[in-house]
Amino acid sequence: MSALVTSPAVADKESRARLSAVVEYVLAEARKSGASAAEAGVNISQGLSLTVRLGEVETVEHTRDKGMGVTVYFGQRTASASTTDFSETALRETVRAACTIAKYTAEDDCAGLADPERLAKDIPDLDLHHPWNPSTERAIELSRAAESAARGLDKRITNSEGGSLSTHEGLEVYGNTHGFLGTVAATRHSLSVSVIAQDDSGMQRDYWYTVARAAAGLESPEKVGLEAARRSLRRLGSRKLSTRDCPVLYEAPLASSLLSHLVSAVRGSSLYRQASFLLDSIGKPVFADFVRIHEQPHLKGAQGSAAFDSEGVATKPRDLVRDGILQGYVLDSYSARKLKMATTGNAGGVHNLTIEPGRDDLAALLKRMHTGLLVTELIGFGVNMVTGDYSRGAAGFWVENGEIQYPVEEITIAGNLKDMFQHIAAVGSDVDARGNIRSGSILIESMTVAGS
Amino acid sequence: MSTNMLTLARKSLLEPAGLGETELMRLIGQLMSGSVDYGDLYFQYSRHESWSLEEGKVKSGSHSIEQGVGVRAVAGEKTGFAYSDEIVLPALLEAAGAARAIVQQGAQARVPVAFRGEAGRQLYRPDDPLASLPDEAKVKLLERVEQEARAQDPRVKQVMASLASTHEVILVARSDGTIAGDVRPLVRLNVTVIVESNGRREQGSSGGGGRFTYDYFARADQALSYAREAVRQALVNLDAVEAPAGTMPVVLGPGWPGILLHEAIGHGLESDFNRKGTSAFAGKLGQRVASEQCTVVDDGTIPDRRGSLNVDDEGTTTQKTVLIENGILKGYMQDTLNARLMGVAPTGNGRRESYAHLPMPRMTNTYMLAGKYDPGEIIASVERGLYAVNFGGGQVDITSGKFVFSASEAYLIENGKITRPVKGATLIGNGPDVLTRVSMVGNDLQLDPGVGTCGKEGQSVPVGVGQPTLKIDSLTVGGTQG
Repeated sequence: MSALVTSPAVADKESRARLSAVVEYVLAEARKSGASAAEAGVNISQGLSLTVRLGEVETVEHTRDKGMGVTVYFGQRTASASTTDFSETALRETVRAACTIAKYTAEDDCAGLADPERLAKDIPDLDLHHPWNPSTERAIELSRAAESAARGLDKRITNSEGGSLSTHEGLEVYGNTHGFLGTVAATRHSLSVSVIAQDDSGMQRDYWYTVARAAAGLESPEKVGLEAARRSLRRLGSRKLSTRDCPVLYEAPLASSLLSHLVSAVRGSSLYRQASFLLDSIGKPVFADFVRIHEQPHLKGAQGSAAFDSEGVATKPRDLVRDGILQGYVLDSYSARKLKMATTGNAGGVHNLTIEPGRDDLAALLKRMHTGLLVTELIGFGVNMVTGDYSRGAAGFWVENGEIQYPVEEITIAGNLKDMFQHIAAVGSDVDARGNIRSGSILIESMTVAGS
Repeated sequence: MSTNMLTLARKSLLEPAGLGETELMRLIGQLMSGSVDYGDLYFQYSRHESWSLEEGKVKSGSHSIEQGVGVRAVAGEKTGFAYSDEIVLPALLEAAGAARAIVQQGAQARVPVAFRGEAGRQLYRPDDPLASLPDEAKVKLLERVEQEARAQDPRVKQVMASLASTHEVILVARSDGTIAGDVRPLVRLNVTVIVESNGRREQGSSGGGGRFTYDYFARADQALSYAREAVRQALVNLDAVEAPAGTMPVVLGPGWPGILLHEAIGHGLESDFNRKGTSAFAGKLGQRVASEQCTVVDDGTIPDRRGSLNVDDEGTTTQKTVLIENGILKGYMQDTLNARLMGVAPTGNGRRESYAHLPMPRMTNTYMLAGKYDPGEIIASVERGLYAVNFGGGQVDITSGKFVFSASEAYLIENGKITRPVKGATLIGNGPDVLTRVSMVGNDLQLDPGVGTCGKEGQSVPVGVGQPTLKIDSLTVGGTQG
């Protein structure tokens, strides 16, 4: 069973050379077809995803993907095309498809590659590539250990959605006709458990996961399983709350969602389309005055690290918010030109966006809140980026005297993001660094909770 | 007629790769070792294009091609899966070897001697929508939509419109000898506008589509009607006041608000969660889960609908499945794996995003049948409540049963009359009992315009929803005015 995957290394020298050759071939074809400029990205990846449920293997999925995307420019007209077939014929046809579309798109002053002087020159090693290739047996063993730790914690853990291990290795090469050619090899491994707790009050499900670039950076299966079980158990006996205004504390794993709303609001494409509640906000106080939010693109081994963005532009550490004041937007070359500004190296998104942690851990934040709602789950998409109006389904815990009283569910929390940002009362020291946005728990002074 | 689909699928998926029944048999033979109960091969070829307009110009367009084969081996509750984006025999044999490795080597299982074509349906024409209109005309269509939106009102500041289509051909070959093909067109047009008045900005969106070609949008000014609708919604929202907070009667409009059914009961009635006992609906078959007035079906057989399929992604002919009849839970939506493990027949709900994803039970078009009340009568019956007619997205926690869906156009009902528009708000409820509080079902059943996309475990598939106007006696409304 173990030797089932033949794993040609995804990111060896040969693959790098092969993908670079694909990029160069595509760029040359674009030139040949009359394009004045072009850019192309090529990627290959492989992985294994495995789930053990109730101690037995449920699914074993082998993934192996590849793709090529090209954007062509004919002066100020542009179009793009992609394919999963790397044969010369398919690559040529894909370039042709893009060129055909570009005949019909409109002239756009702002279209074009990134300015050459902004392209990354030195590409530091960000420690993102640590292939693992566990045998299937090993992957089963880890998933099973994580799930069984969860199931063994308490007899009220009655059912499971399983323990899952996933490992992924990818190689990407991006190039453009300014002569830029950059390569990124990266790995991502994760272990997760989702279990169901049950008592007379009904069933509750929760989960936990660990993720790292290197297998050694993963939390132990036991730790993941126990945390998943603890989270499911604590939700048993959830009640509704009556409708009220009160302080709301977002637990760290959810707090990053508030920052992702900020990113959506200050993204260039939202701004030039006037589809944001934060138009013309640079230099203005958008957050409470102690808040600092910054990007750390060059953190070694982190989930959001990148030396260059998806246009080849060099990334730079920077403050997005300092002393509560918005310092800049999140721009790619196109939206920057639209706004008569310079790209911030954010084509494709932000890189390790971090809200500066405070001194209080979660327990201290609960004390500080005194009476209010600790939110541990959000569902739904009730956020209007044009107005900032916010209304989402929530579950969590009612807190009095700084202590958790009982779990709550089937409630909504609502407000306006503008006010919520201004009224952040504290940021926790309990930073969740598993994602591209890193945040401790965030306490908001007041929101409307709707319930019974 | 439907062998026609299979013939087309063979022609575009197997013939270019030099694959015939002998090779398919060999691949299935490779999959089926001792304890493998079931195996299948899923061939897919799809082309997709999109064109988008903003600031009065079609600034960008894109085209993509995706093709490959997913290979699956199932033994009891175990599934082994691998895929290849190269449709050539050696790569497929390797994928089959990887997929079957979930079980120990054993005696060769029985492999069928011949394939038998699945009947399938003929719900839409196997046309290629990308080729249904010259590129120039696609651009013109979007420009006309933009002009129509701007012509509605001077307060329209931004118009964004997109036109997209997919031409997809699939072929499924199964270890039980079933072979099926489908050619699935899908088109969609969307418009979003931003209006501004006295410094206040609001947005409105509209769109539609289905399994046909771009011709649909030219018919009866269909595309222009989306532009007008988006502007209408945005202007309504300019006058919206804060939404109420708390539990109150809620009247849902017909059509797209059927997202209620999709979230509140649809996902909870997918058979995987029920076989595993993780759904809040597990073990409730035959029990009352809705008021007597409620009959809800999942129907993959409606001609031309976005959620319809001639055969599902496991080659099973689609059907109309009764989920809830007069309030009693009647059935689940099944794929082959869960149907076999539960000892029932599949219902044609086995779906997957692509060859690179495993199939699972998914909805097609889920809707509630019409009742007896006049919509006006329903609104008149509410003293104070919410009337919600347009929605953004929704989500559900299958296990606790709690679900949300977010209104993007809603009004207060005061003393039986629709009064002021209110801002969008999220509505939250409990799936297993929300429909027990449905006290009036309208006679105005509508299906949505063809805009739904459902996500489950990271896989997106096109779906439809529908319902008549209906009244829920109490539901929590997540506004800010307590």
